[in-house]
Amino acid sequence: MDSLFALIPLIIVFPFSGVVIGVFFGRRLMPHKDSIGPGLVASILAGASFVIAVLMFIALQGHPEGVEVPLATWMNITAGDRVLDIPWTFKIDTLSSVMMLVVAGVGTLIHIYAIGYMQGDIDEQIAKRGFEGDEAFDFKRRRYSKFFTFFNLFLGSMLVLVTANNYLMMFVGWELVGLCSYLLIGFWFDDPVKGVYNSESGKKAFIVNRIGDFGMLIAIMLIFWTFGTVQFDDVFARAECMQAESQEACLTVSAGEAVHEEAEGEHGEAARPYLTPVALGKIGTVTLGVVVTIITLCLLLGATGKSAQIPLFVWLPDAMAGPTPVSALIHAATMVTAGIYMITRSNVLYAMAPISGTAVAIVGAATALVAGTIAVAQFDIKRVLAYSTISQLGFMIAAVGLGGYVAGIFHLATHAFFKALLFLSAGSVIHGMEHGHHHAAHHGHGGDDPDFDPQDMRYMGGLKDKMPITTWVYIIGSLALAGIPPLAGFWSKDEILLDASLNNQLVYVLLSISAFFTAFYMGRQVFMVFFGRARTEAADHAVESKPMMTTPLIILAALSVLGGLLNLPGLHSLAHWLEHSVAHAHTAEFNISIAAISTLLGLIAIGLSWLLYGRKPVEAGQADPLRSTGPVFTFLNRKWYWDELYDTVFIKPYVWLGEFLAVTIDWKFWHDFVHDRIIGDAFRGWGAILSQPIDQGVVDGAVNGIAQLVDGSSQELRKTQTGYVRNYALAVALGVVLVLGFLAFRFLM
Amino acid sequence: MFTELQEANFLVPTSYYVILSAVLFTIGVAGVLIRRNAILIFMSIELMLNAANLAFVAFARAFQDLSGQVFVFFVMTVAASEVAVGLALIVAIFRSRKSIDIDELHSMEG
Repeated sequence: MDSLFALIPLIIVFPFSGVVIGVFFGRRLMPHKDSIGPGLVASILAGASFVIAVLMFIALQGHPEGVEVPLATWMNITAGDRVLDIPWTFKIDTLSSVMMLVVAGVGTLIHIYAIGYMQGDIDEQIAKRGFEGDEAFDFKRRRYSKFFTFFNLFLGSMLVLVTANNYLMMFVGWELVGLCSYLLIGFWFDDPVKGVYNSESGKKAFIVNRIGDFGMLIAIMLIFWTFGTVQFDDVFARAECMQAESQEACLTVSAGEAVHEEAEGEHGEAARPYLTPVALGKIGTVTLGVVVTIITLCLLLGATGKSAQIPLFVWLPDAMAGPTPVSALIHAATMVTAGIYMITRSNVLYAMAPISGTAVAIVGAATALVAGTIAVAQFDIKRVLAYSTISQLGFMIAAVGLGGYVAGIFHLATHAFFKALLFLSAGSVIHGMEHGHHHAAHHGHGGDDPDFDPQDMRYMGGLKDKMPITTWVYIIGSLALAGIPPLAGFWSKDEILLDASLNNQLVYVLLSISAFFTAFYMGRQVFMVFFGRARTEAADHAVESKPMMTTPLIILAALSVLGGLLNLPGLHSLAHWLEHSVAHAHTAEFNISIAAISTLLGLIAIGLSWLLYGRKPVEAGQADPLRSTGPVFTFLNRKWYWDELYDTVFIKPYVWLGEFLAVTIDWKFWHDFVHDRIIGDAFRGWGAILSQPIDQGVVDGAVNGIAQLVDGSSQELRKTQTGYVRNYALAVALGVVLVLGFLAFRFLM
Repeated sequence: MFTELQEANFLVPTSYYVILSAVLFTIGVAGVLIRRNAILIFMSIELMLNAANLAFVAFARAFQDLSGQVFVFFVMTVAASEVAVGLALIVAIFRSRKSIDIDELHSMEG
């Protein structure tokens, strides 16, 4: 084994040590209010993780089949000859390497961006709260180091997720990133205006994800129940074995020794005895295919939660309540792609369950279309991007559902580039708008809306002259997202569409329509934000962000342009790279008509958006041109009434049930009736009987009676103690006479 | 010599001594019960002791057993020490009360 592989634990040690540093020394790293110590440390550690990811990539060149590096034993339970063995082992193969590179690479860029962004964001909060002097400094110090602590925690957790070699360890990372998502969405939980919304959004994300995690857990338990192990390689080896032979014959099958190259020692026994699962035959007519279908559908439920697909996508738009780097890193580039990664990882199982694959594809395609249409009618710059993210995740899910794992991972990577770019640029725009707003307020220009929202596109316009770098990178990102050649998004989206056209026409049509909407809403956004005339004083006084923020944007823009090189048609470098770890990867050859259709759709959509928003820019106070569609626009603007639907179908009945259980069952029945009436009253009644008649009457009566008897008799007896010696003497004498008399009497008798 | 003594013993029957002893004891008891002067009560007690001594000696002679006589010595010794303690108490009482009337000393009543 290549000695470079031994470095793998460092990839999570770096970010987690950043968490420790942040918790204990974070504030000390910030000696004055403009210092960037915590951000710098966090970024360096993120960069170090990226270096390790690159080293793994280099090491894999010589071992493309991948290696497993054991770190620790998590669970090892022996029952007789059966063993439950869940190690914490790093799995380094071509798939996890792609994920590591994307996560650590994009993560590092966003860390660097956040150094600058959070300075401004926290200053904005300080201004909102009117903090000054030491209070402001202390607040800034606390929040700045806290943000990067959470950020590093997220990066480490995400790397735990993608490097795990078994489902349970992956689930640990899965949950940890969910926690970080919750913490960072609600980062401004104490915002004086939007604090409640922010913390509600965090809660919503966490709770919706619980539903998906429920599916994940069920799936993991079923996997263990069926295959007797949760380690990826063994599960897949046994699944393939079981398809051919009986379950019993396969329970000691373990992945080929080639994969366990280094594991000659403790992990290397060829036939590891595993906990024998319940035999499939014992639950009636259930066959392996049915069980695997259930497993994969449960995994799909997990993916719909984490990757924001129908029906669980509703949390992601609200997750935009978090600071913009959070939206970029967690809710666009990395965490939300965990579902795609997980399905790709489980490709062997999905290959055995064609129904699940189709379900995945349909869910993805439907999500792509629904979210794409909603994005058209939103006004919040980040919300448009959030729905766009959901839509693009739908593309990826559809791709992996159809077996186009390479296309899915390809789009995952390119999407990470351009969507992170778009979010960070949006952050830059928001920053500029806030700056302009303060400028306008300070110089008494007035006239600005008191409900001014720096994220509302209706307040923007004409920013291209004020923020040139941001404008250019934003346009690049938008074109990449819209799928215009030769930018990254074109190649990856085209590959997905190609896969769809070959496998499932319905999915292909849905995705093509979604692609049209994608191009349209991005065109609308670019024209509304950057072109035309400034619609507010704030937009008129917006300024370009600092180089600390624009540098990562430029790097990401470059990646968005060049990302297509990863898997160019004809070369298929990513496909060849992934075929070592994704058994069922397949690629289709470039089809010029598919590419032409999608490009044409994109161009038409952009042209349409130019007609509506670019040719005659929307003026301040003027209604959106799409308003003319009336109820359709309202329907899309209200997000297809998904939230209202869930509110009516789930939340209201749930709240009603909760109230019923709390008020009627718990309070009135259990508390008032069972506890107070039955138990309480019986206890009090019995207690009254015991205390009054029994204790005070009988027991106390006996004790007091004896005492009174003694007292009374001694009162009488004391009178015999006269104190006169003569009386005593007489008594003695009489006693003697009595004794003598008795003796004499007896003697005489 | 022993015989002579035996003969002399029978001159006065033992019962006489015992009756005298009983009379003396009864006088003593009566003295203790009816007298109020502490000294006189004390003397009555001595009288009772001596009545007992007389009975001891009388029976010792009658049974030709010296232990009765030996016991009398002990009684006399104890009586002497009792006199010493008793008189000291009476003197102490007199000093504090200016009286040795027994009826006035009833502060120990119940």
